[in-house]
Amino acid sequence: MNRASTATAFRPEVLIRMLAVLGLVVAPQLPRLPPWLVVVSLAFAAWCYFITRRSLKLPSLWLRILLSTLLLMAVYAHYGTLLGHDVGAALLIAMLALKLMEIRDARDIYITVFLGYFLIIVGFLFSQSLWMAAYMLVVVTLLTSVLIDLNRTRLTAIGSNLRLAASMLLRALPLALAVFVLFPRISGPLWGMPKDAYDGMIGLGKEMAPGLISDLIQSDAVAFRAGFDGPIPPPRQRYWRGPILWQTDGMAWRTGHSWNPVSRSGPPPLVTSGDAVTYTVTLEPHNRRWLYALDLVAAAPPEARIAPDFLLLRAAPLRERLRYAVTSYPDGVASRLSVTERQRALQLPVRGNPRARALAQEWRRRFHDPATIVQQALLMFRNQPFIYTLHPPAIAGDFVDRFLFKTRKGFCEHYAASFTFLMRAAGIPARVVTGYQGGELNPIGNYLIVRQRDAHAWSEVWLDGHGWTRVDPTAAVAPERIDLSIDNRLQDIGDAVRFELPHAAWLAALWRETHFAWDALNNKWNQWVLSYGVARQADLLGWLSLGGLSWQNAAILLLAAVGAVLVGMVIFMLKRERQAEDAIVRAYQAFCRKLARRGLSRRSYEGPVDFAQRVAAQRPDLAGQVHGIIKLYTALRYGANQTPAALDMLRRAVRHFRP
Amino acid sequence: MNRRLAALAEPLIFKLFRHKVPTGHTLILERQRIYALPTRFGLVYAAMLLVMLLGAINYNNSLAFMLTFLLASTGIISILYTYRNLAHLQLRSGKAAPSFAGKDARFTVLLHNPDPLPRYALRLTAAQAEPRLTDIAAADTAAVELSIAAPRRGRLRLGMITLSTTYPLGLVRAWAYVNLDMQCIVYPRPGPRLALATAPNFHEGDHAGSAMGSDDFLGFRAYLPGDSPRHIHWKALARDLPLLTKKFTASETQDLWLDWSLLPAVDDETRLRILCRLVVDAQRASQAYGLRLPGVEIMPALGALHRHRCLQALALFGEPQS
Repeated sequence: MNRASTATAFRPEVLIRMLAVLGLVVAPQLPRLPPWLVVVSLAFAAWCYFITRRSLKLPSLWLRILLSTLLLMAVYAHYGTLLGHDVGAALLIAMLALKLMEIRDARDIYITVFLGYFLIIVGFLFSQSLWMAAYMLVVVTLLTSVLIDLNRTRLTAIGSNLRLAASMLLRALPLALAVFVLFPRISGPLWGMPKDAYDGMIGLGKEMAPGLISDLIQSDAVAFRAGFDGPIPPPRQRYWRGPILWQTDGMAWRTGHSWNPVSRSGPPPLVTSGDAVTYTVTLEPHNRRWLYALDLVAAAPPEARIAPDFLLLRAAPLRERLRYAVTSYPDGVASRLSVTERQRALQLPVRGNPRARALAQEWRRRFHDPATIVQQALLMFRNQPFIYTLHPPAIAGDFVDRFLFKTRKGFCEHYAASFTFLMRAAGIPARVVTGYQGGELNPIGNYLIVRQRDAHAWSEVWLDGHGWTRVDPTAAVAPERIDLSIDNRLQDIGDAVRFELPHAAWLAALWRETHFAWDALNNKWNQWVLSYGVARQADLLGWLSLGGLSWQNAAILLLAAVGAVLVGMVIFMLKRERQAEDAIVRAYQAFCRKLARRGLSRRSYEGPVDFAQRVAAQRPDLAGQVHGIIKLYTALRYGANQTPAALDMLRRAVRHFRP
Repeated sequence: MNRRLAALAEPLIFKLFRHKVPTGHTLILERQRIYALPTRFGLVYAAMLLVMLLGAINYNNSLAFMLTFLLASTGIISILYTYRNLAHLQLRSGKAAPSFAGKDARFTVLLHNPDPLPRYALRLTAAQAEPRLTDIAAADTAAVELSIAAPRRGRLRLGMITLSTTYPLGLVRAWAYVNLDMQCIVYPRPGPRLALATAPNFHEGDHAGSAMGSDDFLGFRAYLPGDSPRHIHWKALARDLPLLTKKFTASETQDLWLDWSLLPAVDDETRLRILCRLVVDAQRASQAYGLRLPGVEIMPALGALHRHRCLQALALFGEPQS
């Protein structure tokens, strides 16, 4: 069938509304898009608007093909690939912009709106925050109202279409929720994920080089949250263990060989003292294999094992939010050092940093005792003018030498690296531990929020007779770091780090309260909505005593639930006109009951008007009210005024009627 | 809206339920008379949701799942909205104004909405008629005029009407067939005005031997420019006599008898068309006229009703009386 005969015209106003809504759809993606694509899309939208407004001719097919090819090539040139999330989103937006070039009739508007829906879902690949969800819900309502616009006889105010769209979505919600909960989830992707699928995830890596952690510190993103069964450990015990770095080239530190299959043996025995702490961590995905736990972990969750250096490792990189329970001994000590470990803990590059080596050798000659050497190093950091700063000057050449003797401005990574270097040079086995230190207590929900800005690096030295001992050289320079979070909003280059001091001002307190409430809400959102997957679904079904369903039964359950909700909706929606009729009768009956209580019962043969006349004759004081109600009732019942407003008036009049 | 799908499914449904198409002057759209199918936009929407679902499964993205299910549910709920937009509507046959063949016949269908919910974008389609769109406010009635080409004189039936709607989202189309049993009279298409040479003298009462006492023929006089062609003595012209004009006692107020048998020997339809033209012209000139067809005689008179009687007699000429 040829297109012209089925074409349905649309009103230009609908197009304008659609363009505005599409702008809102694309808005969250803007920061990720190449600027030229934004400009081109805006130009196309303007072009589309003028074509419709001025009834101009559409660009010819050849021009459109040319534009499409150019745009595709430009996107390819920009990203160097056509695979991946970012490119996918950019291509979809380019397609949308090109589609605007050929909007001829209602059909094209439908297709464009559908593309808009699609773009929203692509946006969810980048952000699933509560804000994003709320924003997109509004945008979905707006897009749906454009569809309603298309199906109206005449142009209607945006408000009425929006209300209808909102009420449709609201009524669709129970069904959607039922399917969301019951739709069988599978673990793992159906097909390969693009390479950049996990680019957005941040966190510590397997390497520590100057600048890596201080970059991470800029981020307020939540690394994980931890809820405690008992009391929350004090800040000094809040060392969240991450990758342990053994290998150095004098500047950068790496994990080295600790993960090769030889070291698949379990951890050395843990000498425990003090109380165990049991807690549950909700870890944000970071695309790495390790999980974070407080020093030192005693019992691993089922999905992970404890490596010899007490790092919690799982089999595959973590790409979805994970909740796991752990038990740790904050005062526990790892008390065995194998020969290979001793070798690795003393590894140093062959040459470089002569002054640091000389200093360490001198300490060794003077003090012999490793514990005293450690003290000596910490004293040096404390007494000499070392500055703790987020923006240390760049160091070229011998990193440790320049830092210890020249710049003396550094961040935790500088201190941990130099300290560990000194210890090794002094013949004391040492290693760098990266992780997070601290965490903010959220009194609403009683859990700790650990953010990327709490990223930290410290050292562990082997002291014979004691075992691996944690030494935090940063604490020697800036003891506040351990007790307070870094206020990363106000850091200037080269300045000493400012810490978030407890504010007395009520405004600050209010701000923190709001912040905590918001984070508690986010925590629930993460746990119940975003990480609703295979495990959560199994938990929920188990709780409903429906655990262990075969997929056939799960499908039956899903269909049954959908059916039940639908039947409910059908009854709710299609009985409404009936209800309206009933409501009139009910109001009248209530009116009659009120009179009956005063001894004025309606006789079975009496119509409403006769009844009203009799009542008015017996109770002249009620005459006005009674006649008013009967007038409304007869108008509603017999046709003169059958509007919802009239029904409302009748109900109100009956409610206020006190004979 | 969904011509392609309708083209496949509708005739089938129509065939299946043809005997059930409700017929009558007043009809209420009950549940079992309303059909619903997705439009082609509905099918595209469903395909889009399927792709979205695959994406949501692949990326295990909770919000993507949620949006997919929300949109799917909205699509399903929209069936109820669309259906509700038609349900319980009352249809009544309204005016079916007569028309001339070759013009459009106009049927008025009255749609009453008994509910407190307004109805929107109802589409009324009849065979060969331009579809009409209308809204109906709560507890209100809308009159919808359907224009159908009337090619031939006689009775024109409106036949089956399809009442459909895709409101609110255009993803689903609900429709119902109704037959309001409406018909209108189609008058013959007015013929050409007779050429002078062939026009008979309708005032000559005596030639047919019928009772025409009111025509008081006085005699002839010479033709003067400006004389009505109806008063020209055509027979004289045929006999090569000079042009004469007939004179009557009642002169210009004389009644006309539009007589089938006075017309030149042309085919029946042409005669009817010529008579139709004469009726229209006589009425317009406010000159009383009567009509005489084989088997039909309408006494001279004037007025809209009289005109309709005459034109109806012409329209139904040759049809068995019902």
